[in-house]
Amino acid sequence: MNPSLVLVALFVVLAVVMTVAISVGSVNVPLGDVWRIVFRHLGGGGAAGDPALDQIVWSFRTPRVVLAALAGAGLAVSGVVLQSVVANPLADPYVLGVSSGASLGAVLVITLTSGALGGLGVSSAAFAGAVGAVVLVFLLGRRGGRLAPTRLVLSGVAVGYLFLAATSFLQLRATPTELRTVMFWMLGSVAGAQWGQLTTVSVVVLTTTVALSLFGRPLNALLAGDESATALGVDVHRLRALLLVLTSLLTGTVIAVAGGIGFVGLMIPHLVRLTTGADHRRLLPRSVLVGAIYLVVVDLLSRTVDRPNELPLGILTALFGAPFFLWLLRRDKSLDSV
Amino acid sequence: MKLTVEQLHITLDRRPILRDVALEARPGDIVGLVGPNGSGKSTLLRTVYRSLRPERGVVRLDGDDVWALSPRAAARRTAAVLQESGGGPGGLRVAEIVALGRTPHHGLLGRDGADDHEAVEEALDRCGARPLADRDFGSLSGGERQRVLLARALAQRPRLLVLAQRPRLLVLDELTNHLDIRARFELLELIRSTGITTLAVLHDLDLAARLCDHLVALHHGEVITAGPVLDVLTPGLLRDVFGVTATADRHPDGVVRVTYGAEPLALDLLTGPTSRSYPLRHPVTRL
Repeated sequence: MNPSLVLVALFVVLAVVMTVAISVGSVNVPLGDVWRIVFRHLGGGGAAGDPALDQIVWSFRTPRVVLAALAGAGLAVSGVVLQSVVANPLADPYVLGVSSGASLGAVLVITLTSGALGGLGVSSAAFAGAVGAVVLVFLLGRRGGRLAPTRLVLSGVAVGYLFLAATSFLQLRATPTELRTVMFWMLGSVAGAQWGQLTTVSVVVLTTTVALSLFGRPLNALLAGDESATALGVDVHRLRALLLVLTSLLTGTVIAVAGGIGFVGLMIPHLVRLTTGADHRRLLPRSVLVGAIYLVVVDLLSRTVDRPNELPLGILTALFGAPFFLWLLRRDKSLDSV
Repeated sequence: MKLTVEQLHITLDRRPILRDVALEARPGDIVGLVGPNGSGKSTLLRTVYRSLRPERGVVRLDGDDVWALSPRAAARRTAAVLQESGGGPGGLRVAEIVALGRTPHHGLLGRDGADDHEAVEEALDRCGARPLADRDFGSLSGGERQRVLLARALAQRPRLLVLAQRPRLLVLDELTNHLDIRARFELLELIRSTGITTLAVLHDLDLAARLCDHLVALHHGEVITAGPVLDVLTPGLLRDVFGVTATADRHPDGVVRVTYGAEPLALDLLTGPTSRSYPLRHPVTRL
């Protein structure tokens, strides 16, 4: 199928899925009303019609659905890039210690201040932790001004364990309520999305995602190996450093506002690769859209399957995604060989 | 394109790998680098395709220092066929691998145009890789992979070709199989037919003699001798550099063949060459 047509189709699916996700909830809003309300606000108009309906659609559900889409897109594209940059199919956006750093930051705030600083406090602490962990991993993984993939990944794992030790210790001393908050945060959720915070997040996520999507050609060359990529005119060390900084910024931002959503960043890249091949020029934009669609759907399920309770996203991303992924994996013949 | 290497010096982990290496390949020349394992052949190639920066000396392409060129500009002139299997996830299809040759011709925003398409199609045809175009690279045989990697290099439309052939594929896998020997000769024919200036590492001296116009013999990072094939492959050099008793002769069909003695030389007989024993018959600058 024509590649541009696939992208258009995925865009349409994303728009439909987002509309449905906004309309469904404790109060079901007709799809037409969803569009009307969203477009009026986007056009700069204020609330009109039923103020309760307007508030549900614009103040509660839309930011949450938008955040789910941004988080899904960002995690998926980071996963694609990192798997190729460190040449490891097991890599995910958290491979450089981003999530362990963010967790420590979040847990520190939740347990030591009982989250009294509010949502922003947890987010800022998580972002600071993520940045701290990545900087540490970069410093440890660097030698002679170059980032070697294997050393980088192993440094990421080790730093991850180090931070996990501190996080676990804090969790043991936490009260049951704090512990529940911590658990929920670590498994990820977009329930706390608010427009104020979302502006910064969407600017960062959109710019880094678009920037990363431009690197299809050099990432393809990287698949041939470092020496071959060099002979193809790619400055491998600069490319690697640049992409690691961009993905870390993207992942750190997502995790700061949405918590440690698992599975998406590891599996969506493979899922798209299994269905459309390894060429990054197709893989990157499709992963962005599939990641966004997937997380919007999962978020919808997380607040509807066990109403009125909400489930953390990390439970459902894997619960629904893993069986489908395993089915694809068994079907793919190219994986028979080593 | 003319390749000139001047007074190249490389040290890795405080071990000198290349010492004052100089060579020259004129436009259209096929120059073979020969020498035992560890003699510095692959390192020399790395400096040519701009992967390793020499601490002294220069590599020039038509007079321009490769390190003064941007990585992409250098890759538009030089293509390399390396024995490297990428460790990245997922497999590219053959047509996608060949299309990688167009990488240095585009920036981040560049989209494929008619010349890209044409270069890829021509390279696929030239290397007989068209029937493989939709195959997964991982499912190909050793010989097929070689052809695909050569097609990728040709799609780069380079003026210099760098060939690194390690024994794993060419010698061990293919020596025992008659068909593959044929495939190898076809590959050599193909390289000759391109007319591109070529610098090749070949472990098999027979193959080197078949492919190359000139040979450069390296030992412990130094050029021992350089010149036309038969002038380089003397019994003395084969003994001292490669540790075998052997002779190289031009047969009536015009092909140079190397005939090896029954046994390798006993190690204690190997003195190794000294620069005194091999004065450069053909000064490298006029190779």
